[in-house]
Amino acid sequence: MNGKHVLRDNVLLGLGFVLMMAALYMVFLYVSTEKHTGVVQRIFYFHVPIAWVSFLAFFITFVFSILYLWKRETKWDAIAFASAEIGVVFTTLVLITGPIWAKPVWGIWWTWDARLTTSLVLWLIYIAYLLVRSFAAEPARGARFSAVIGIVGFIDVPIVFITVNLWRTQHPSTIIFEGGLAPSMLMALLVCIAAFTVLYVILLIQSANLKLMETDIKRLISMQVE
Amino acid sequence: MLTELRTKEVIVSVLVFALLVLVIFSFAMGTGAGTIEPLAPGILWVALTFGGVIGFNRIFAVEKENSHLEGLMLCPMDRAVIYWGKLAGSFTFMLAVAIVVTPIFLALFNLPLFLPRLAFIIVLAIIGFAAVGTLFSAVAINTRARDIMLPILFLPVVVPVIVAAVKATAAVLAGRPWGDMLTWLQIMIAFDIIYLVIATLVFEFVVEE
Repeated sequence: MNGKHVLRDNVLLGLGFVLMMAALYMVFLYVSTEKHTGVVQRIFYFHVPIAWVSFLAFFITFVFSILYLWKRETKWDAIAFASAEIGVVFTTLVLITGPIWAKPVWGIWWTWDARLTTSLVLWLIYIAYLLVRSFAAEPARGARFSAVIGIVGFIDVPIVFITVNLWRTQHPSTIIFEGGLAPSMLMALLVCIAAFTVLYVILLIQSANLKLMETDIKRLISMQVE
Repeated sequence: MLTELRTKEVIVSVLVFALLVLVIFSFAMGTGAGTIEPLAPGILWVALTFGGVIGFNRIFAVEKENSHLEGLMLCPMDRAVIYWGKLAGSFTFMLAVAIVVTPIFLALFNLPLFLPRLAFIIVLAIIGFAAVGTLFSAVAINTRARDIMLPILFLPVVVPVIVAAVKATAAVLAGRPWGDMLTWLQIMIAFDIIYLVIATLVFEFVVEE
């Protein structure tokens, strides 16, 4: 890793730290408590950015899966893989923070609503993505298979969403874009989204680098054995 | 010749399996009058989906065991041709299963036996199942723990087909007009087209050595 990369990583880390601190300040001190649902509403400032990051992560997986199948460069696969892993972690967090909010507000942990169901199906698809990788006979094959799933799975997301939306829906809809959110709340949300996006980029770079190093080490070991 | 015989065995075992799913569900849900009817479409599609998973697992099994796929790959033709050949096979297979299971299902639940609209739904859903199932079968066969890999890959992706098929079947069984099931048919048609195209495009990356 050369000096330019170290500088870039440090700048990102600094930016991430400042944004995350700002996000925490805004969520717990700056924003006033919501009138109807009370203090539990504050989880919204984590839930929405995490959900956004998980979709972004799977989109990045989709793009780099196509790139990998096209160009066959290990680094594209490393990015797709790393992004899928982060996406699964963040989707898990979405599926945990959602019910924490839903229980006091809706009175239930879970409902078969469009967004919830889509997140769950998404989570299952990308768990399959990770499983195929670990069950593939050799890494190169696993990379190809998971790239195929990264593409097929991502295309499924809008179809699942449309279908389940017609089926039934209950999730608070896109109030954010209709201007139904108080300015201070919108401000806090945007800071949180920025903070989590930077966190995602940091994790992605570190994790993809780690995977590339792992491949290098495995190759060196196999050379030594021969 | 031997291959033919094996296929027949697979069809029979999948049929028996699908029928067992129907029966087990009837027991699990209780058979009292009025309780089972709302669940009937769901039971049919669970049986067909699980039957499909078991059948799709075998699509490439013969080739894998005898390394025939390598032979097929040597043929000077587009890989997509292999995909469409296998797709035709798995579609016919699923159709055969559905043709036997559906009438038995209708009889067991005392529903009218002749439902052309239901046949239409089944064909649309099976195209979707076969399109995704054939692709993922080629993936699963090359992994360890292949029997469990296919359902893990297949089931989440076909969720839209299952939802649409169950809803459309419910509309047919309740004798509601075409308009009530139009949206669901559109979803299945869209799914079928999208996945036939995508699977044809990516299949070559799955089978290449």
